[in-house]
Amino acid sequence: MSAVTRAEYCVVACAEAWRGAGEILASPMGVIPSVGARLARCTFSPELLLTDGEALLVGVDGVVEGWLPYRSHLELVMGGRRHVMMGASQIDRFGNQNISCIGDWEKPVRQLLGVRGAPVNSLNNPTSYWVPRHSRRVFVERVDMVCGVGYDRADGARHHRIPRVVSDLGVFDFATADRSMRLASLHPGVSVEEVRGATAFELAVPERVPFTREPTAEELRLIREVIDPDGVRAREVAG
Amino acid sequence: MSDKTMSAEEAVSRLESGMTVGIGGWGSRRKPMALVRALLRSPVTDLTVVSYGGPDVGMLAAAGRVRRVVAAFATLDSIPLEPHYQAARERGAFELTEVDEAMFLWGLRAAAHRLPFLPVRAGLGSDVMRVSPGLRTVTSPYEDGETFVAMPALRLDAALVHVNRADRRGNGQYLGPDPYFDDLFCEAADAAYVSCERIVDTAELTKEGPPQSLLIRRHTVTGVVEAPQGAHFTSCAPDYGRDEAFQKVYATTPWPQFAARFLAGDERAYRAAAGEAT
Repeated sequence: MSAVTRAEYCVVACAEAWRGAGEILASPMGVIPSVGARLARCTFSPELLLTDGEALLVGVDGVVEGWLPYRSHLELVMGGRRHVMMGASQIDRFGNQNISCIGDWEKPVRQLLGVRGAPVNSLNNPTSYWVPRHSRRVFVERVDMVCGVGYDRADGARHHRIPRVVSDLGVFDFATADRSMRLASLHPGVSVEEVRGATAFELAVPERVPFTREPTAEELRLIREVIDPDGVRAREVAG
Repeated sequence: MSDKTMSAEEAVSRLESGMTVGIGGWGSRRKPMALVRALLRSPVTDLTVVSYGGPDVGMLAAAGRVRRVVAAFATLDSIPLEPHYQAARERGAFELTEVDEAMFLWGLRAAAHRLPFLPVRAGLGSDVMRVSPGLRTVTSPYEDGETFVAMPALRLDAALVHVNRADRRGNGQYLGPDPYFDDLFCEAADAAYVSCERIVDTAELTKEGPPQSLLIRRHTVTGVVEAPQGAHFTSCAPDYGRDEAFQKVYATTPWPQFAARFLAGDERAYRAAAGEAT
């Protein structure tokens, strides 16, 4: 079997977000989180609920097991039995996330999608983030519009939790005294210096940084032959 | 029994400049585009548009008909950003009330329930509170003492929605996988105009789908418009999917050219022009 690609390490890192999550909805946004959620469901988290991206709850094989239209999806968010992995156009050291606009909100340089459900997600169910191209434009000192709420602004919100941020360079968490972002693992082939250079804020880096774990042979087979046989993952993260 | 059928032009003639209009569907899905096109042919302007935004807000904003948009996003789904909305926003063409998707839903619910607001655990800590300084919070009167956003009712002067089938009395049926929030838009509005792919006899409704597919109840409906392809180019499953080729034309054509080419004539002319374009 050929060498593990960067995209495949990212898939494994995303899948790990749903380990031990129990019978909840996995809401991945983006190709690699989607492959990751399905990998988790196929292996170590068989209880996960998945959607078809529309209104149906489906198994990895596409078998329909339920109905989840937008209105019910929003109820489910507020009930908390969900772990979403959202995208981030900007994210800061406390996990504040922006997908609304770049520049002043009053007259943005670049209008993006809008806040969407980031405010409700981040206050009601675990919210992780996925960034396919780690750069100083994304990992910023201050986001221009806080959509997803970070630890410094959550003010003890009872259901607020940001388990992890996964990028094409590594995995990050907030396991520091002031809940600021910490490098939790490097994808093999990436250096601490590379991550620091691509991050515009001061990142907490422990003395010894582990590498993101290797996929098992069975996991690689599932990714390559069952879940993403067309290799769509490589279009999101090359290498 | 009252017959509420009317043309798209008649429905739109009941709208006035300055109104708050809610538009159903989601993103580029089951949008009442025939009604939006009729609105674009009318002189109505200065609107507050309340929408889970797609090309409806893109077109109305690009055409300068909108004073304010109330939305959580605007997207064409398969094209992530709505380019005409984006351009209009970047040149400051309208005011924006940007709320979270759940806040939006709670606003519609509050309006439908005739409540001034509903509490929602969303918005706190985010910049939604900064950009809408009028938003207030409310504290639970019970032991938990939690603070919530008091999402104000999104009461609408009018709602525009599109469904698969309807009868002449205003019972509306969706046959696709998702009801979106179209019944709530109708309940939150003083007047609701429902366009549909086909008007059928009441008895026909339950032949195509179960009673649960009868989404819109006639007591919330003012007018029924038969508009085949009325959601084009957005999707109207299972009758048709999104016209991806035409949507691409929409997204890549500068607005004045798009409007001149596709919106200068009536709905028949639109369909002919759209057919030639792809």
